[in-house]
Amino acid sequence: MANPIRGEVIKLYKNLLYIGREYPQGSSYFRDRLKSAFMKNKDVTDPEQIRKLVARGEFVIKELEALYFLRKYRTMKKRYYEPDD
Amino acid sequence: FQVGLLVSVKRFFLFLFEIRVKPDKSGVVTDGVKHSMNPFCEIAVEEAVKLKEKKLIKEVVAVSCGPQQAQETIRTALAMGADRGIHVQVAGKDYENLGPLQVSKIMAALAKKEEAQLVILGKQAIDDDCNQTGQMTAALLDWPQGTFASEVSFEGDKLKVVREIDGGLETITINTPAVVTADLRLNTPRYATLPNIMKAKKKKIAIMKPEDLGVDITSRVEVLRVDEPPQREAGVKVETVQDLVGKLKDSGLV
Repeated sequence: MANPIRGEVIKLYKNLLYIGREYPQGSSYFRDRLKSAFMKNKDVTDPEQIRKLVARGEFVIKELEALYFLRKYRTMKKRYYEPDD
Repeated sequence: FQVGLLVSVKRFFLFLFEIRVKPDKSGVVTDGVKHSMNPFCEIAVEEAVKLKEKKLIKEVVAVSCGPQQAQETIRTALAMGADRGIHVQVAGKDYENLGPLQVSKIMAALAKKEEAQLVILGKQAIDDDCNQTGQMTAALLDWPQGTFASEVSFEGDKLKVVREIDGGLETITINTPAVVTADLRLNTPRYATLPNIMKAKKKKIAIMKPEDLGVDITSRVEVLRVDEPPQREAGVKVETVQDLVGKLKDSGLV
């Protein structure tokens, strides 16, 4: 595997693992699925393909950030503000 | 217009956690509970970092008062974009008794020492829901305040703040230096991702004690008892309107 790409993939895995700690269904649930998702693609060698997969991983990070924000915003809104008419 | 800014952050249980009162009613159960930055403080940090990114202020200093773990909260603020941190060490019984008055005295002393032009805080903390620290800090400094801010912008060297109030929104213009407290809709706080946390490790956190700032943190308030809210009683079903009226009369409501 090309070295710079390998570094990127490992960085992505670590970042996803970190953000998955707060996953609603549990961090171990997230970790299992993360591992199997990465393992499924372990034999991909084309750097172009790998880049596409890394981009998909970054997209998942963005989605998780949005998920966490909405969860927090909605909880705060429910707790501290009057329900909308 | 280049200004320095102080942002205050507080650490408490993760907002999702269900709180349980200790059996001796002296407080809440704290063992093994995951902690994180107060949600309104996150919004305050985000606003501070945004103002720096717009080049309206030159430096963001994150401040937290508490035991060693307060540094985790400061690190989160640094990961979100603050430049450096100040940890005011308060531990044990002193920390349990640390309230808005003491924190605002510390913030006021730091604002003077750091020559900050702007102090931003969350509007309230989700543990005590006091909603006092920002206001008290402004009073101690004799600075104007823009509280419950849902929008903050500079107009020349004045600050325009849109505030969320009971009737709707109120827009005020205040002179700087000033204190602002953040409300829920001010912005969307960024997530402190692992790469940001790594980068933030190089940033400095200064450590000091309240005495170094000449602040006396003795509390004037003593917690006598902590109770859970009363359990909701089960509802009672009635068959007819007459029954309903009868029950309302019986309980003295009608």
